[in-house]
Amino acid sequence: MASLVGSRVERKEDKKLLTGRGKYTADVNFIHQTYAYFVRSPHARAEIKKVDISKASKAPGVVAVLTGADIANDKIGGLIAGWRIKSEDGSDMKVPAHPPLANESVNYVGDHVAVVIAESLDEARSAADLVKVDYKILKAVVKTKDAMDSDQIYKDIPKNMCFDWLLGDRAKVKEAFDKADKIIKIDIINNRLIPNAMEPRAANADYNPSTEEITLYTTSQNPHLARIIISAFNGVAPENKLRVIAPDVGGGFGSKIYPYAEEVVCSWAAKKIERPVKWVADRTESFLSDCHGRDHVTHAELAVKNDGTFLGFKNETIANIGAYASVFGTVTPTYLFGPCATGVYKMPAAYTNVKAVYTNTAPVDAYRGAGRPEATYTIETLVEKAARELGMDPAEIRMKNFPTEFPFQQTLVHSVDSGDYNAGLKKAMEMGEYESFEKRKKESESRGKLRGIGFCTYFEACGIAPSPVVMMLGCGIGLWESAEVRFNPTGNVTVFTGSHSHGQGHDTTFAQIAADQLGIPIENIEIAHGDTDKGPFGYGTYGSRSLTVGGTAIVKACDKIVAKGKRVAAKMLEVNEDEVDFNNGEFVVAKSNKKKTIGEVAFACYLPGTYGEVKSPLPDGEEPGLKETSFFDPANFSFPAGSHICEVEVDQDTGETKVVKYTAVDDFGTIINPLIVEGQVHGGLAQGIGQALYENCHYDDSGQLVTASYMDYTMPRADNFTDFNLGFTCTPATSNPLGTKGCGEAGAIAAPPAVMNAVIDAIGKEISMPATAEKVWAACNKKNKNSEAA
Amino acid sequence: MKTFNYHSVKDVKEASKLSSSKSAFLAGGMTTIPSMKLGLANYKDIINIKGIKKLSGIKVSGKTVTIGSTTRHAEVANSKEIKKAIPSLSALAEGIGDPQVRNRGTIGGSIANNDPAADYPSACIALNAVIHTNNRKIDAEKFFRGMFETSLKSGEIIESIEFAIPQKSSYQKYPNPASRYAIVGVYVAKHKSGVNVAVTGAKSCVYNDKNLSDILSKNFSADAINNTKISASGMNSDIHASADYRANMVKVFAKKAVEAC
Repeated sequence: MASLVGSRVERKEDKKLLTGRGKYTADVNFIHQTYAYFVRSPHARAEIKKVDISKASKAPGVVAVLTGADIANDKIGGLIAGWRIKSEDGSDMKVPAHPPLANESVNYVGDHVAVVIAESLDEARSAADLVKVDYKILKAVVKTKDAMDSDQIYKDIPKNMCFDWLLGDRAKVKEAFDKADKIIKIDIINNRLIPNAMEPRAANADYNPSTEEITLYTTSQNPHLARIIISAFNGVAPENKLRVIAPDVGGGFGSKIYPYAEEVVCSWAAKKIERPVKWVADRTESFLSDCHGRDHVTHAELAVKNDGTFLGFKNETIANIGAYASVFGTVTPTYLFGPCATGVYKMPAAYTNVKAVYTNTAPVDAYRGAGRPEATYTIETLVEKAARELGMDPAEIRMKNFPTEFPFQQTLVHSVDSGDYNAGLKKAMEMGEYESFEKRKKESESRGKLRGIGFCTYFEACGIAPSPVVMMLGCGIGLWESAEVRFNPTGNVTVFTGSHSHGQGHDTTFAQIAADQLGIPIENIEIAHGDTDKGPFGYGTYGSRSLTVGGTAIVKACDKIVAKGKRVAAKMLEVNEDEVDFNNGEFVVAKSNKKKTIGEVAFACYLPGTYGEVKSPLPDGEEPGLKETSFFDPANFSFPAGSHICEVEVDQDTGETKVVKYTAVDDFGTIINPLIVEGQVHGGLAQGIGQALYENCHYDDSGQLVTASYMDYTMPRADNFTDFNLGFTCTPATSNPLGTKGCGEAGAIAAPPAVMNAVIDAIGKEISMPATAEKVWAACNKKNKNSEAA
Repeated sequence: MKTFNYHSVKDVKEASKLSSSKSAFLAGGMTTIPSMKLGLANYKDIINIKGIKKLSGIKVSGKTVTIGSTTRHAEVANSKEIKKAIPSLSALAEGIGDPQVRNRGTIGGSIANNDPAADYPSACIALNAVIHTNNRKIDAEKFFRGMFETSLKSGEIIESIEFAIPQKSSYQKYPNPASRYAIVGVYVAKHKSGVNVAVTGAKSCVYNDKNLSDILSKNFSADAINNTKISASGMNSDIHASADYRANMVKVFAKKAVEAC
């Protein structure tokens, strides 16, 4: 049988998902179900003086109105920050209380104050208007840059600072800078984004009073994590009395990794009223209350020699983490950001200092790439500026500083196991026709347009796992992954994975792997995920980890299946175990060519005896059944890398900027399914180009979210893009047997600097993201005025 | 959405009789329904006029194109007769919203709503349209009164819009990258009697830029307005476009429109 790994198998799940046969949380309904509607703060910052529910409680159809006082009385725990970050001075990060329903204060527009539960959604919504909250409005802290000098939001958190974190060595960096011929400086903003998963968040909690068990359906990338948090931290129910099911999930981009207040409240309320409670966010609620992404203000410097050699790097960043510290909100701007900020380069000395600040805005957490896009944007715009100031070619300055020997000990944390950065950049330059750029530029000029070209060479650390490492860095959980491979008696297979697909195509990719390992047709394999009652505990899908960590667990479980199969086959074939080989789904005795298929062996495992025609012996002491579990915790992260080259064309009259050519050459190690990988790159690029040119979360000075709908938040559309020119190089990862590195976030990491470097090249001015038409027009106009004056 | 009474009527008289200060006529519903869903508007009665046969259809004579008020954007976009008589008008219709909106939204609904960033009002001004209601005829210049405000009286229903066929015309817009409504839309039409330059999106209400119209009436070329200064005063300013930028875009798109004529 031909290997499926490496082939463009069409996604098995698409028939269901594209024909409306998927089952999402909003599709789940229970008998006697009630509907929840959340009363949310209209103010960015206020004290709650009184919550009057008397009118709402008497409104038609209302079953219950629950407030922060009720949830405090029931001793339900608050939402948690999952990573403990220490400041440079050794002190612990400062975290405000985050109750699932606000009790004393509200701290962003959309903060959850009370919940109205009614027989219908309309009744719940109407009654919510009758909940009277007496607020004492306070001055909001909104701007990232000014947060430390603004009013103090929480009484125990001076300067609104969560932590002041340092990675690296300031003294060494100073030495390096003292030796520099030139110091390149940038001041940049990494614009705040709103994740905008296609499926809004939702929860439906059913409580069975006789078994005291809660079943929670929810939109989660990580149902096992939701269960342990809601159980162990919020204390809603013991783990054995809480089943969490994430059915089909329509995108997350990080915003659905962890449970939010609404899941906690619905689970708790269902138990309280002994009826199912359903909540589905509307789009406005998604904008207001999903955790946002990015939002950094950075000053960075690069010390260089005149020949382009990098000597040292400084990164001073203020990261806005919003009103509360969210689950991955503190690791995203630190360990996911700092180590990658020196880029794919040999950098003798470096440090990253991050001051994380609270503001009266929605919490900020992981969003596609989480920290690495911010890191890559910092170093790659800096390197391109260095090339400009030194008069060097942007490819040349990069190649000069690439490491060529692997493993490569990167400056701040990572030991990068494999890579070939020169090969990737050269391939991108060929595919992107770099040599003939000037010709295209002239052609654009003949039409009155400005054309620019921008590079980005990146690496990132993903396949988020090595538990001992992440726990040492402050992670409150392990990050291994699990798999259970279960042969059914008739020879087909169910693979249970602890990761969870929310659009990535696991049903296909994982089945390809298992089909190859077990030598059975892909049609005979089902992938099961998303239910804490099915399969072992796992850590879900984010950080481009599912294949590298979860896929490897599948390989290892399959190895165990084959090992047991060999023992059983040997007994069946009446030979010694070491005489049996396993190839393409068959256990073969080389010397006699006698064989048993894996299906026959599985059957024998389930019917171990003699019954008429059936004669299925098991070796002595062997347990019946054929099912194996494996937990995989890799020794290292994985390190995808790549080179992206973008060309833009700018209309000076309108400032409109169009991506007219985009070449991406990525090294994801072994590729299991090129079709799916290309889809992942396309999606990542759309989000990355979206960040560079279109998307921007905008709060006004009072903390009102101005971009709270698609009328004002610019989601990129298909007509905003050109064809993407994709290529791959391959240096297999050494940290997992598949050799895979993870591809889910690469596009979103690499595209923003590639696009912005191209825009800056085109207009000859530095501007911030997003490079909207007006901003580009204003920059062009200023330049024109200046040149007129000169 | 709050509950309401739904009426589907068969003639204009019945529709007019049912209307009150707490009612709304429903043609395509492309603004009315979302507003109700978002709780921005509440009505006691919704009167669906889509079933009134005589309000729908396209008639082209030698000098005018008359479009029934409940004619959908897609019908205008695809009409062979309009494409021949006023190609810029069918092109405008083809650029409204998305296919779903074009298959439900109506010209009468768009005009009666008078969204400052809507496309059709600029066509009415540029093409010297006459708005026919169940009571009277109103010149386009007098019809659009301000933001979401028209000269329609309570119970008055638009029956059709009569456009003068120009010698040359073009509509060019710069869409808001998020909503795709016009940040600036400029409709230039050259009639025997002179040129109209109608601008939408830039101010609180569609308007005829008299200065540009005069200049182009004398010399119909893009170069003629090269040195014309467009004042930013009175222009909208929001997170997508400042008044200065809009002023620039009026000129840029007026030139584009003249060039496309």
